[in-house]
Formats: sequence, C-alpha cells, structure tokens
Amino acid sequence: MTEMVFGAAPMRDGEPILPRWWRTIDKWTISAVLLLFGVGILLGLAASPPLASRNGFAPFHYVERQAVFGLLALTAMVLTSMMSPQLVRRLGILGFFCAFAALALLPVLGTDFGKGATRWYSLGFASVQPSEFLKPGLIIMTAWLMAASQEINGPPGKLFSFFVTCVVVGFLALQPDFGQACLVLFAWGVMWFVAGAPFTLLGALGASTVLVGTLAYNNSEHFARRIDGFLTPEVDPTTQLGYATGAIREGGYFGVGVGEGHVKWSLPDAHTDFIIAVAAEEYGLILVLFIILLFMGITVRSLLRLIRERDTFIRLAGTGLACTFGVQAIINMGVAVRLLPAKGMTLPFVSYGGSSLIAGGIAIGMLLAFTRTRPQGEIGDILGRRGR
Amino acid sequence: MTRTPLRPLARILSARQKGENPDVIERENIRLRHEEMREKARQRAEGRLVVLALLFFCIFGVVGGRMATLASSEPAEPTAKASTSRIVAQRADIVDRSGRILATNLRTHSLYAQPPHMVEPEKAARALAKIFPDLDEARLIKDFTGSRKFLWVKKKISPEQKQLVHQIGEPGLLFGPREMRLYPNGKLAAHILGGYGFGREGVYAAEVIGTAGVEKAFDDFLRDPAEQGRPLELSLDLTVQAAVERVLFGGMRLMNAKGATAVIMDVHTGEIVSMASLPDFDPNNRPLPLIEGDRADDPLFNRAVQGVYELGSTFKIITAAQGMQLGLVNAHTELDSQSPLVWGKFRIREWNNKNFGPKLSVTDMIVNSSNVATANLAMMIGQQRQRAFFSELGFFDPTPVELVEAPGAKPLLPKNWSEIVTITTSYGHGMSASPLHLATAYASLLNGGYRVKPTLLKRQGPLLGERVVSEEVSRAARDMLRQVVTRGTATFAEVPGYKVGGKTGTADKPNPRGGYYEDKVIATFAGVFPADAPQYVVVVTLDEPVETSGSKPRRTAGWTAVPVAAEIIRRTAPLLGLRPEIEAATLDELQLTKSR
Repeated sequence: MTEMVFGAAPMRDGEPILPRWWRTIDKWTISAVLLLFGVGILLGLAASPPLASRNGFAPFHYVERQAVFGLLALTAMVLTSMMSPQLVRRLGILGFFCAFAALALLPVLGTDFGKGATRWYSLGFASVQPSEFLKPGLIIMTAWLMAASQEINGPPGKLFSFFVTCVVVGFLALQPDFGQACLVLFAWGVMWFVAGAPFTLLGALGASTVLVGTLAYNNSEHFARRIDGFLTPEVDPTTQLGYATGAIREGGYFGVGVGEGHVKWSLPDAHTDFIIAVAAEEYGLILVLFIILLFMGITVRSLLRLIRERDTFIRLAGTGLACTFGVQAIINMGVAVRLLPAKGMTLPFVSYGGSSLIAGGIAIGMLLAFTRTRPQGEIGDILGRRGR
Repeated sequence: MTRTPLRPLARILSARQKGENPDVIERENIRLRHEEMREKARQRAEGRLVVLALLFFCIFGVVGGRMATLASSEPAEPTAKASTSRIVAQRADIVDRSGRILATNLRTHSLYAQPPHMVEPEKAARALAKIFPDLDEARLIKDFTGSRKFLWVKKKISPEQKQLVHQIGEPGLLFGPREMRLYPNGKLAAHILGGYGFGREGVYAAEVIGTAGVEKAFDDFLRDPAEQGRPLELSLDLTVQAAVERVLFGGMRLMNAKGATAVIMDVHTGEIVSMASLPDFDPNNRPLPLIEGDRADDPLFNRAVQGVYELGSTFKIITAAQGMQLGLVNAHTELDSQSPLVWGKFRIREWNNKNFGPKLSVTDMIVNSSNVATANLAMMIGQQRQRAFFSELGFFDPTPVELVEAPGAKPLLPKNWSEIVTITTSYGHGMSASPLHLATAYASLLNGGYRVKPTLLKRQGPLLGERVVSEEVSRAARDMLRQVVTRGTATFAEVPGYKVGGKTGTADKPNPRGGYYEDKVIATFAGVFPADAPQYVVVVTLDEPVETSGSKPRRTAGWTAVPVAAEIIRRTAPLLGLRPEIEAATLDELQLTKSR
C-alpha cells in the first residue's frame, strides 16, 4: 500500500558507483601506481635534501610538497578513473583545448626560471607546465579523431590528428622542448600503428626519422655533441652521465645504504631526471629491478587488457596513454644506464615535480578508466546477433 | 560532388518497386559493413597490441639487464678508473734470467689544471712554484689567468708533492692517475733497458711506451694484452751486471779512461750475461741526447753495441785460427817475423819497434803479439778467404742483438779490400767493429767452432749455428790464448783457479782530422774462461786509458784493460756458478798439530 500511495522507492539503474568501480578497476595497475608513488616518496627522502639545502629550505621541504602533490594526483587519478569513457573523452577534449591555449600563450606569459626554455607558468606557490597536461589531452583528441575515421562516411581523422599533432609539436619545439615533442610524436605514431597504419607508410616514417636524425646531427652542434658523447665508449666521469653510471656501479646489488649515497650531492637533477641513479646507489639493484617491474607491469598489463577492448576510441586512447607512460620510464632509465643519449625526461610518479605528478595522475586515471572491465558484446557473439 | 552509390542496388531497386522505404535497407547495409570493418580493425589491432606489449616487455627487460650488468661491474670513481688501469697494466715487467725485476710499473699521479675552475689562480701559481722549483711562476700565472681551459702542470708527482698540492686547496688543480715505469736498480743495465715516455695522454691514463733499448725493441710484446703481462726475461744476470759495472767503473777511474765497456757472453748460447757501458745514466730520468760534442761521449751512447773501434791485436787469433783451419799452418809452424815488413810504401813494424827475430811459431806469434808474423800469415791466407771468414764471423753486418740501437751500428769497413787492408785487418787495424762483435767472434771461435748469435733474451740449452772452425782448431786457439796469459802480454789476467785465456789489443785512436793520435789508444782485452772447458767470453775495452803508477805513462792493454778484466772475472766467475780449480795442497805442507 505504501508503494501505491507514495510511489515506488527510487531504484538505481545500476549498482552503486564505488562497488562497481572497485569491481571493474584493474587492481594490479592501481596497486602498482600506488607502490610507485610510495617509492617516489622514499627516494625523495634520499634525493631531495641536497636540493633543499641548496635552496635554503628545510631538509624535507620537497618531500612534503611531493606528498601534497601526490595526494592531489592520486585524488585526480581516482576521480578520473571513475568516469565513463564518454565523459573522459569530453573532458579530455576540453582539457586539450585549454592546455593548448596555455601552451600557445607560453611565449607571452610563461617564465623560464633561468633554464633557457620557456616551459612554465609561475603561480607563486607552484609552477605549472602546460605541456604535461597537454599530453593526455592530445592523446584523447587523436584517439577520438582516429576512431571517427573508422566510421563509414566518417571524417579523415588520421590526417586531422596528424595535423593537430604537428601543430602541438611545433609549439613544443618553439619552447624548445624536444623531449616532449618526441614523446608526443611517438604517442601519435603508436596510436596510428594500432589504428592500422599500412606498413609501407610505417617504413617511410622510419626512414624519414633516420634522415631527420642525420640532418640534425650534421647541422646542430648541440645535438651532435649529445650523440658523440653517447657513442664514445669512455664516459667522462665528471658529467651527469658519468656520475650516474658510477652511482649504479657503486650501489651494486644491495646498495650502499640509506642516506649513504654521494651521487645526489653531485647531480643537479638527482631528484628528477637521475632519480634512478640515487635509487641504484642507495638501495641497489633490488629496488631498481622492482621499479622496472612496476613500470613494465603497468604498461604491459594495460596493453594486454586493451586487446579485448572492442571500442576503437577506448583502444586507441588506452594504447596512447599506456605507451607514453612506458616510454617515458624507459627513456629516463635508459639514459641513466647509457642505453640512450642524454635527454631530460622525468620518471612518472617517482621524480619530483608537481605538474608532472598531477598530469601523470590524470593520465593514469584515464588509462584506468579505459581499462576497466566492461561488457564487450561477448554475449552478442555467443548469440550470433552480429552479422559476419 | 561525387555520388555515393546505392548499395545493395538490387534490393533497393526491388524495394522501390514495392514502394518500401529503401533507406532502411541501406542503413542495414551500412550497419553490417560497419561491423565487418570494425571486426577487421579489431583483429588487426589485437595483433599489433600484442606486438607492442612484447616490445615493451623486451625493452624493460633490456633496461633491467643493463642495470644488472652495470651494478655487477666494478665501481669507477673519477679518481680510480677500472677501465684505464687495464691499459697501463698491460705493460709487462722486464726481469733478469733469475726473475729479478729490472723494470716494473709504479702508480703515481699527474697534475693538471683547469683554469676556469680556479678560485685564486695567482695564489695557486705561487704555491705551485714553491712546491715545484722547476716551474716558472710568471708562466703559470699567465697560463692560469689566460683563456686556456686545460693544461698539464706535471706529468708525474710524488705522494708528498700531491699532498702539498692538495693543501693549496685550489679546486682547479686536479690529479689524474698515472702509471709510470720504474727501474728499481737505477743505473744498472741502463743502456740495455733504454727508457720510456708517455704516448697518448688522457686525464685518467697515459700510454707508457718504450723509447730506447729493449723497452723499445720489445714495445709490442710488452704492451700486448694477449701476453697477459708475461714478463720479458732477459739473459742478463743482475748480480753479475752489478759486479761488472762496479769493477768497470773503478777500473775506468784508476786507468784514467774516459769511457769503458764490458761484455760477458755465454759461449754456447750467445746469451749476453752482462753488458755495461760507461759513462751511463739513470733510465728513471733519461737525459736528453747531447746536442753538441762527440756522440760517443754521450752517456746515452752504448759503447758495447754502438761504439765501433779498431780493436787491435785481439784480431790476431782470428787470423791464426783461419790459418790453422785452412791447413796452412799448425800451432808450431814457424812464420817469418823479420821486422820491419815492407809492403809497397808501407813498413809494418812491431809494437814499440821490437824485433822478435827471424822466425816465430804461430803460438809465439800470438803470445808475443807479432804484427809482422800475422801479416805474413794473412798474406798466405789471401784477401778473398779472409773476407769470407770475417763475414762468416759477423763482422760485416750490425750485430743482430735485440736493441733498437743495434741496427744503426754498422762496422766501419775499408771501401776497397786491397792486400794492405788484408795485412792490417789481420792484426785489427783498418776496420772497426763493436766490442759485441768481438765477443761474438770469440765465442764462435772458442766454443768448439760453432757460430753463435748474440742475444739479450734468456735461452735454453746450447744454440749453436753452423761450424766456422774445427774442434781441434778451436782447442788450439784456446791453448794459444791461455799461453798469452801464462807467459805473454796478458799476465795480469791470471785469476787463480779459472784458467783465463785471452788476447790484448791496443789500437791508436783515429784522429777525426786524419791519421792517428800519438797518445790516445783503445785498449781491449778479449778473453775466455775457463780455457780448457770454455763457458764465458769476456771483452773489456777502455777508451783512452793511461796508467800512471810507473815512471812514464803506460797505455797498452796489458797494463790497463787486462787488470780490469781480471778483476771482473775474479768477481763474476763465482757468481756465474764456476768452481775454481784449486790444486790440492800436498800433505806434507799440512801440519795439524805442532810436534813437541
């Protein structure tokens, strides 16, 4: 009777948000991300006191900031991962336009902090690097355009996405920030590859990369010096790379002990680009292998989960995010062990840096949203509803 | 505008005829095509995603593996680079025949400056000039304050100096590890070892390369990584070499000579057990070559190998041996010795215008050192056969000994080997050869008649070449040499128990302006011991000796070179492991207890 009088109690059209999130989220990946964040705090304790003392702060000033930004990043990650792919797409596109505008205005409003490249907005208490936020936005944009191109009578999205990427790369090169530019190009390439790039074009792309590299080597002294430095077998021990290599050797299997390392005092970028060297020196190969395992786990597992995905947009966007994440880690660590020429690149979640941390949180949140377990029409397959 | 064809056309046409809406059919068709396309794209993407995942897996694996290899390798700090110590450790030690070290490596530091890093360049320059008095302060200040980015200050510094430089506290003064060559015995065997220098130089290491002597001759061997630091074993004996250098130095001073050289060679193998040349130098601090003056007076000059001298009467035994070998004479054949011998416009005289009478046996010719008799024997032999014999004994080529200096030391030969050259060469004038040539020839003649090759490397067993004279001739020659010592010109060479045999030679020094000096000689003693069972050949040569204990200065070898050689034999024969043959004392001389 009550029901007849007051109407039925409002029923939800699905299960509650949190349980559903917990049930469908990739728990391995999120655990790995949390562990990485923990490792980042741990290494920050070791690596950042020299910087703090140089800048006249309390020893753990940067660790506190890292923790605050980390909490913000984790919140952003969880919130993003709760969104539906459509919402992620819409917000991502909007975010892309905002970040792009910020990037385009950098030459006017940005600061270079005396580092020779205008990459930051100074907000007083913190600085923001728009290119970090632009990356996930651009990946969403590209995935959207590429997915649209796979509709019948759809727009030529691959071409559009290429133009968009080129424009972004152009702005990044203006800063100059060739590292991010390469990363963005790489993300586009991977998505294009998964979206079905013909092998002839892929080959042509590879050849042109070699060509451009040769041109750059012959024409840019800066670039040539980097490559030469990489190719000589003997590393000058007074360079950053030399210190990093020495630190890894010094650390051995089990490290020299917490707080006993020396490399953090010699390397200006010990808390960002060469944090892996600090890890190797103080905690040894054990921790380094653990970190590598975490990164590999996140990347490979996300890619494997995306294999089952039937939605083109989700698949492409997920691929772009996972690969960018993985490649960033590979470049960072590859430089420290001299597998790659010197290039500054932060280690996601581990290196110190507010922008990179929060943008990384958002990106991983998106990735988690895309890799959530959802019906993929298997039942339809079983019932034979789809025509073949 | 392009027209999109209606698909499937047949169904649409029939639907139109029936009046149905063809759009439904077309939409259905589009949906099916779309699904098919997506399915294809999905399958393709599946494969490519697997490829990507594998790729990432592998790259992460490579990074991890590289981390592991780095972590397991040796730590390399800027001060101690493992990879560079590998380079320097490649230069092997040099040891003597018993394994005693003649040359090894020592770790020191080099001092270099990086002026851009300097805080107080002037102060640093002043402090450096105080620590290293040989550095010029003004020049250092100019270098440190100029535009130079890098400069070497000192190639090698001692630990004390390093500490002093440390105490300057200048961050722009830096040290690099340096491996240097150390000759722990100082001047000993300096001419044989030679010296070293730095080749390519870096901050963290420098190549050590040999610049002279065996260091240069065996540079490739010493630096060959494939040899894994196997030491170079020389034939030298450190103790014998030390004794020889000591005695020779004393002899040179006593005889007022300006230079001296001695060679001891194993007669059976050609191994040079000792080779000394005075004046000498310290290879740890090899001096620069003399720019002016006679090259032969340079301490760097190895008289035993590079010095070519007219070796005088020591050649007579060669002539005698060849005469016996050819069957022209035997030890007792009488030779014409009427002095002077007139040949064309030349008059051949004996030393000090002596006259040994009309006839001399071959043995007495050697014992008395008769120029005339030797000249007569040489004329019997003839120039062709004499030349061939000298060539066979190695007098026409540089010695094949393993020193970089050796190939440059060619014997001086007369351009035209006329009969007068045959005559003078038979008693050691007119052609010049090195003491090492003479030692080699003596070893070949006296070891039983087999040719030997001089060598500085440790060898095993007898290394005999082809035969040059017969066993009997060799024995006869040794017997003659023994008699020279017992009753001839070299009586000072008698060393009890060792049966020394040998021949003296005193040659006037040629004047560079032509002719010969009246009062400057090269005095040589070439000997063998023990004469009955030959083991070693010794050659001692003094340059411009004069013995002044008597009423008038004496320059002949018998008074100068021979006593020095005897002392060398007395000191070294026990070291060489030779037992003296002491005649047993007769019983009646022994008196154990005093009888009452």
